[in-house]
Amino acid sequence: MSLFNFFTRSRNTAPVARERLQLLLAHERALSGKSDLAAVLQEEILAVIAKHVSIDREKVNVKLGQDGTMSTLEIDIEIPQAAIVKN
Amino acid sequence: MAKVLVVTSGKGGVGKTTSSAALGAALAQTGQNVVVVDFDVGLRNLDLIMGAERRVVFDLVNVVQGDAKLAQALIRDKRVDTLSLLPASQTRDKDALTPEGVERVIDELREKFDWIICDSPAGIERGATLAMRHADMAIVVTNPEVSSVRDSDRIIGLLDSKTVKAESGETIEKHLLLTRYDPGRAARGEMLKVDDILEILAIPLIGIIPDSEDVLRASNVGCPVTLHDPSCAPARAYNDSARRLLGETIEIVTPSEKKTLMSRLFGRKVA
Repeated sequence: MSLFNFFTRSRNTAPVARERLQLLLAHERALSGKSDLAAVLQEEILAVIAKHVSIDREKVNVKLGQDGTMSTLEIDIEIPQAAIVKN
Repeated sequence: MAKVLVVTSGKGGVGKTTSSAALGAALAQTGQNVVVVDFDVGLRNLDLIMGAERRVVFDLVNVVQGDAKLAQALIRDKRVDTLSLLPASQTRDKDALTPEGVERVIDELREKFDWIICDSPAGIERGATLAMRHADMAIVVTNPEVSSVRDSDRIIGLLDSKTVKAESGETIEKHLLLTRYDPGRAARGEMLKVDDILEILAIPLIGIIPDSEDVLRASNVGCPVTLHDPSCAPARAYNDSARRLLGETIEIVTPSEKKTLMSRLFGRKVA
């Protein structure tokens, strides 16, 4: 370690720890335990919609997210033009 | 009504067993009937921390498997007569505990004691999930260090999903116990601060135990730190935490650095 490094090296590392944890945990919380719920929701929502319009299973996207204290459920379904015209 | 309290953390070596013994002894000294149950099958240590290692005849696994009666396995503390220990087994495999067996033992303990403190093994495997399974409340033991905080976050997730309370739609009461806190290092920005950890984990604080040589001194002689030297800083912090568990309102004081003349002069703690 050079003498320069010895004097400039920051001892104040706690803020870095805090920032790294906040980023990591936001990511991990979004993943843990909730992936099952998203899959179940996707299946059930799909079943309800399929009763009324024919939809492409590939065009359904259910996403659970977390932003700070707020949780969001995002459902994105593409309904083909033909299905709407038919009804 | 009996309370089942799990002391858990995810990460190993943060002070679960020390805290279980210290809080158990502190609660027992207030007159409460307390049993501390070691769930760390295969790596039992609570008996050693409590100085009862030579008195173990039967253990939790014997009781769970029906080879011994609960009364035969319980060890009463020689210092505080309202304090008992149910030791873990040293030799058998981890699958020796069954969910049904544990439930039966916890139900039986509920009839005899006011507090059942379950000292969880580290990790998130079977032993840890069985220790928290029947808990009414939880103490999450955390060190001011990134890996401990991360693991505590995982454990909080498990408490909210894998316990009987959570599964029946109730919320399990969770408390954060911050251990090995070094006020000097926190003040110098070298250690996560109390507020940082509280903000990240978002559960209420029950106590801050300062990093102290007194803890090792007590474990050397097999005595919960709260009984060994009730006047030392960690013992006082554990005693206050125990009283908060009983519902008392006691202000939580963040430990501060003892200023010596040298540290005043040089702005650093002198070893």
